[in-house]
Amino acid sequence: MLQINNLHATVGGTPILNGLSLAVNAGEVHAIMGPNGAGKSTLAYVLGGRPGYEVTGGSVNFEGQDLLALEPHERAAAGLFLGFQYPVEIPGVSNVQFLREALNAQRKARGEEPLSGGDFLKLAREKAGLLRLDMEMLKRPVNVGFSGGEKKRAEMVQMGILDPQFTVLDETDSGLDIDALRIVGEGINTIMRRPDKGVLLITHYQRLLDYVRPDFVHVLSKGRIVKSGGPELALQLEEQGYEAVAA
Amino acid sequence: MSELAALPTWRDEEWRYADFTALEALAPEEFGKWKEIGLAPGETRAKCLVLDGSGPELHRVRLTVGEGARAELFAVNAGGDYTRLEVEVRLAKGAHFQFGGVTIGGGEATREFVTRTVHAEPEATSDQVVRAVHWGTATGNFLGRIDVARGAQQTDAAQDFKGLLLERGASANAKPELEIFADDVKCAHGAAIGQMDEMARYYMAARGIPPEVARKLLVRAFIADAFVALEDEAEQEKLLSAALDALGDVA
Repeated sequence: MLQINNLHATVGGTPILNGLSLAVNAGEVHAIMGPNGAGKSTLAYVLGGRPGYEVTGGSVNFEGQDLLALEPHERAAAGLFLGFQYPVEIPGVSNVQFLREALNAQRKARGEEPLSGGDFLKLAREKAGLLRLDMEMLKRPVNVGFSGGEKKRAEMVQMGILDPQFTVLDETDSGLDIDALRIVGEGINTIMRRPDKGVLLITHYQRLLDYVRPDFVHVLSKGRIVKSGGPELALQLEEQGYEAVAA
Repeated sequence: MSELAALPTWRDEEWRYADFTALEALAPEEFGKWKEIGLAPGETRAKCLVLDGSGPELHRVRLTVGEGARAELFAVNAGGDYTRLEVEVRLAKGAHFQFGGVTIGGGEATREFVTRTVHAEPEATSDQVVRAVHWGTATGNFLGRIDVARGAQQTDAAQDFKGLLLERGASANAKPELEIFADDVKCAHGAAIGQMDEMARYYMAARGIPPEVARKLLVRAFIADAFVALEDEAEQEKLLSAALDALGDVA
């Protein structure tokens, strides 16, 4: 589904990714863990096509397409979702308006009919319920005045509505209390734990992995994957630290 | 009294950002023309204007607002050349003046709102919200003068200006001017100029919204403040789409 080959990337001229390779098949959940500065967020942004994140080598193939050749909005329409570590506030644009524009832009790009206002609200209500986010919050401007936990849950509501093929979740667990962590974890499972979908979870900690059990765990250090294993690797990291395991 | 003699020069404060080359195309008598509108005590009247002509335009309105009356003026200034809307307002006791204006456009044109609000008697209120969105080498101006007369206590006047410059080379000027001769008054003014929030645009792109749609949504959110006070939602929508139509030619 997603094949990353020998990826090199720089931010502001500084090399951050140094030959990262990774393959995620449909139906799999992969976790990427690593210390601060290892390049985890950079990997997420490079996959999402954020301006300023320059690919200097390697390739990324997504569902048979050259992902890096696509504009950011085209990547979304192709089925890629990027969960932001710091979801962006957009004053003056309501969640409902934002998500309806987004969903219908994606549908249009895929040659599908737009969803009517009524059908969209029904879908939004269902997904908000899944993440236990008050529907009233979706009528408010995007992320404005939301707490850290509400922002992350709102991101998962967005993911539920847009229903991507593949998701890259950049520290979706940061800033969540224990209850919110469970709700978000269950949300990820319900929306993405399917045979035809793939998940790349980027996280510092093992705790989200208690809810979303990964099939593979990778350790990222200095811009490349230095160790891969099963779920037990995450536990080992938690016990021994990155330095001991990645050495 | 003839006002023909009073042709503006760049030395006049309220003309300091005007485009005098464009003004030369106007007949001298244009400068003496004022549209006079009077509101009776207790009356409420709202007016919406879209200025989107291709040549230089000068519109001058004089509003006399009676006791307890409410005058509302909402305008989109999207002229193709120098376009100026000038409003003089005189507020009687407890009267209110609401102004919402958007200057929007590219090219080289200057588009401006110039208001002079006279709080002539006590307890009058005024609220002015202006947004400027420009690109190319265009300029958007808001010159807002507020006069609080002697004895006009409990005046509450507010001005809020924000500029959004989409390209290097565009500019915006905000010039509040307050003359206050009473001591129990509130007069607030604020001005800010910035650029498009690139992170918001990227966030929208990451959700599948193409750049031109994202820009439109963000500009719409930015200018909407100017028309929030307009109760008629259909009219509000008309003004917003007139303004957003002007966005079509951004590079």
